[in-house]
Amino acid sequence: MTLSQMVEALKEKFSDAALHSTEFRGEQTLHIAFSAIPAVLKYCRDELAFDYLVDISALDQLGEEPRFEMVYELYGLSHHAHLRIRSKIPDGESVPSVTSIWPTADWHEREVWDMMGISFSSHPNLKRILMWEGYPYFPLRKDFPLAGKPSDLPEVGFTRPAPMADGPFVTSAGAKDTVAREPRAKRVD
Amino acid sequence: MVAPAESAETLAAYDSKIEGNVIITKLDAAVNWMRKNSLWPMPMGLACCAIEMMAAACSRYDLSRFGMEVMRFSPRQADVMIVAGTVTYKMALAVKRIWDQMPEPKWCIAMGACASSGGMYRSYATLQGIDNLIPVDVYISGCPPRPEALLEGLMRLQKKIETEHSIVDQKKELIQELVA
Repeated sequence: MTLSQMVEALKEKFSDAALHSTEFRGEQTLHIAFSAIPAVLKYCRDELAFDYLVDISALDQLGEEPRFEMVYELYGLSHHAHLRIRSKIPDGESVPSVTSIWPTADWHEREVWDMMGISFSSHPNLKRILMWEGYPYFPLRKDFPLAGKPSDLPEVGFTRPAPMADGPFVTSAGAKDTVAREPRAKRVD
Repeated sequence: MVAPAESAETLAAYDSKIEGNVIITKLDAAVNWMRKNSLWPMPMGLACCAIEMMAAACSRYDLSRFGMEVMRFSPRQADVMIVAGTVTYKMALAVKRIWDQMPEPKWCIAMGACASSGGMYRSYATLQGIDNLIPVDVYISGCPPRPEALLEGLMRLQKKIETEHSIVDQKKELIQELVA
């Protein structure tokens, strides 16, 4: 079964949850409804032989509704196909954990919780993985400043805002030439 | 056995038996000379700078030429902490705690851009220079610095140790305590 056939099979099986799929340079992405995450992913592993969960990440589409989006990167070691599953998550909603499907999801979901503040239901050990327990912010959210915010947890850790020195210096993706794409100071007030 | 009575001649300053084996110097100079030639580093390797530090300790660059090869992984046995790499806020208080456990006298080297100033990491996660937490004696530029730069930094530290006057200071403190 080719990758596009697998996507078609998924769309047929979950006709009400699979919203649409996109293809870009041979990469297939399937967008699904939030409630169908565990069922679709379990089907992917058991029936479509996606036995390897490469990564879990999340996006913060600040200003859009729903705000967050989960991204699951799947791979099959027997058929070498790569499938991306995306699902929009409303703010404050708990996502069903997929640790019962792929145990490796444990740390990936902890990272998503730590950086984005998306919580997972039925996760065996949902605590911060990069920052320390008690750090009060979710630093990869779009409304978190690049320089950071001050925090203090005695004997454990502290943070101070970093001096931006007329930065941040960011590239302009899609600008007309390399000069325009170079990192430049961009103030976001 | 009765020792022979000492004549006035044997008590004189000149004694042919110890000629050439006595050096007259300041106590501070002697102490500094001993300290600077056996600097035992505490390798605080936190990022890629640590790889260059390891290279500096290996045979090609060979820190032991300067008496600094005894890397101690226990802070209680170390004289100089080489902070080599990015100090994240998560690691910052651990570095401070290890520094606090090092016995005096102690020195600190901030190796590379990250340890000196946060380097390219102007972010919520990175301490903007280890000098926010502990006093730094020598800053080494580079990202990462080459082993030669670390050697230069350690030799600068030796130069700095030469200029210290701990015994003179102790004497002053002692006199002040006696007066008070």
